[in-house]
Amino acid sequence: MSHEGFAAAVSDTATMIDRSVRLTRRNVDTLFVSVLLPVLMMTLFVFVFGGAIETGTRYINYVVPGILLLTTGYGASNTAMAVADDMTKGMIDRLRSLPVRSFAVLTGHVTASVVRNAVSTAIVLLASLAMGFRPNASAAEWFGAIGLLALYVVALSWLAAGLGVIAKTVESASTLSFFMLFLPYLSSAFVQPETMPRWLRPISEHQPITPVIETVRSFLTGTPLGSSGWIALAWCSGLLIFSVIFASLLYRRRTSN
Amino acid sequence: MIVEATGLTKSYGGTEVLSGVDLSVREGEVIALLGPNGAGKTTTVRILTTLTRPTAGHATIAGYDVVRAANKVRGVISLTGQYAAVDDNQTGRENLVMVGRLMHLGRGPARQRAGELLERFGLAGAMDRRVKTYSGGMRRRLDLAMSLIGRPRVIFLDEPTTGLDPASRLTMWEAIGELVRDGTTILLTTQYLEEADRLADRIVLLDRGRITASGTADALKSRIGGERIELHFTDAVDALKSVDVVGGLADGVLVNLPSDGTAAHLHSVLDELRAQGLHPARVSSHRPTLDDVFLTLTAKETA
Repeated sequence: MSHEGFAAAVSDTATMIDRSVRLTRRNVDTLFVSVLLPVLMMTLFVFVFGGAIETGTRYINYVVPGILLLTTGYGASNTAMAVADDMTKGMIDRLRSLPVRSFAVLTGHVTASVVRNAVSTAIVLLASLAMGFRPNASAAEWFGAIGLLALYVVALSWLAAGLGVIAKTVESASTLSFFMLFLPYLSSAFVQPETMPRWLRPISEHQPITPVIETVRSFLTGTPLGSSGWIALAWCSGLLIFSVIFASLLYRRRTSN
Repeated sequence: MIVEATGLTKSYGGTEVLSGVDLSVREGEVIALLGPNGAGKTTTVRILTTLTRPTAGHATIAGYDVVRAANKVRGVISLTGQYAAVDDNQTGRENLVMVGRLMHLGRGPARQRAGELLERFGLAGAMDRRVKTYSGGMRRRLDLAMSLIGRPRVIFLDEPTTGLDPASRLTMWEAIGELVRDGTTILLTTQYLEEADRLADRIVLLDRGRITASGTADALKSRIGGERIELHFTDAVDALKSVDVVGGLADGVLVNLPSDGTAAHLHSVLDELRAQGLHPARVSSHRPTLDDVFLTLTAKETA
C-alpha cells in the first residue's frame, strides 16, 4: 500500500470509528439494557440463588467474573445488530459507492463495540463493588484480568461483526448472537462444573468461556489458576484470528456479487 | 463519452436479469432509464456504480473500468439509492460531514461544503437535528446532498422519488432540476414517465433486461404517430373485441389507438365499432404521452 493509500485507510477508519461511537452514544437505551441486564442477573444470583449455591467462598466473589463475561455477550449482540442494520438498509451501498477502504466499515463497528463494552463492563464492575464484591488483586493481576477481558471482547466483537454480515435481517442478527448470551450459563460462571450432571461437566469445563472466567477469577480473587491462563489466552487468540478472517471473508463475499 | 457500457449482462443463478445493455452518456447529459419493476434498471445502476460485477460485458466511467478500477470510479461518481441511506441517529450535518471525510475532502472543507449543501437543499434549519425527526422528503434531499458533497462528475439516482408524496416529489424534482442546470451528468432510473419526460434529455426504455427504445421524449412520442384516441368501454371484453375491429391496444376497459386527429377518422372508427355492436361509453383524444410509448413498445415485445 502506498503512503497515500495508507493515510486514506487510516482516515477512513477514523471516520467510521467516529460514526459508530457517535451512534452508540446516542443509542442510550441499548447501552442501558446491556448494563442493566447483567446487574439484574447479578442481583438475582447474589441475593436470591447465591445463598443456596456452595462455592467455598462468598458467592459474590465467585459470580462477578462470570457476570462480566455475560455483559460482554450483550454488548456483542448489539454489535451484530448494528452491522446487520448497515448491511440491510442501504447504508452499505452508499459506503461502497464511495472510495472507502472496505475494512474501515467493520473496523469502525468493532472499535465502537470495544468502547461500548469497556464502558458497560466498568459500570457493572462498579455495581459489583457496591454490592459487596471484594477483589484482592495486585496491580499486575488487575492488568492481567483487564488485558484478558479486552482480548476476549475484541475477539467476540469481530465474531459479532461477522454474524452481523451474514444475517439477512437485524432480527436474525440478534438471534444468531443468542449463543453468546447463553454460553456463560453452561460455564463455571454461576455454579462449579463439579455440581453439574456427568454428561454436561466436560462441556462446561472445556468450552472457551470457562477458562476465561477461571483466569479472571484467579486474578481478581486469588482462586487457583492452574492451566486456565494459557488455555484462556489460546482460546481468545484463536477466536480473534478466526473471527477476523471469518468476518472479512464474509464481508467480501456479501459485497462482491 | 463519460459513461460507456457495452453488452452488460448479469445473471443470478441462471436467470438473466440483464441481457446485453449498451449505453453511452455524454458529459452534461441527463439520461433516464425507464422501465417497469424487474426491467433491470437497478442492476444496470449497480454495475455502473461498482456495487455489482457484470457477468459479461464491460463499462467505463470517465475512462475508468468499473471492475478493474472500481476505486477510481468511486472517486468520480455518486449514488443515491432507492431508500435514503442516512444515519437516523446522526444530525443532517454530521451525515454530510461523514461522507465528505470519506471522500477525503478533509475535515474543514467537508464542513464548509456540508453547510453550502444544507442551505441549498432547504435543510439549514434542521441541520443540527437528528435525521430520525426528518420527513420522508427531507431524508431524500439529505440523501441527495450527501451524493453531491464530493462534486461527482456522474450522479446516479435510482428511483429518486419512489414512495414520496406529490409535494415532496415536486421539491425533489426542483432539486434535481438545479443539478441539471449546473451541467452535471445524471443517470436516473424511474418508473414514472412524467419524471423521465420532465428531467431527462434522453430516455432509454428498458424492458426485461433489454433496451427496447432510446431517444428524446419527443422522438419516442413521434415514433408511435400523432394523435391518440382513447375509447372507454364499460366491459373489458368489449374492449378486447374492439381491438380486433379497429386495432390499437387494450388496457382493461380502455382501448388506445393511433389517429391522424381528424373528425373523419374518429367517425369511421365509431362506425366500424357500431357495425359490430360495440359501443364505447366515452371517447377522448390526446397528444401521445410517454405512457402511450411505453405501452406500445412493451406490448410489441410481448406479442
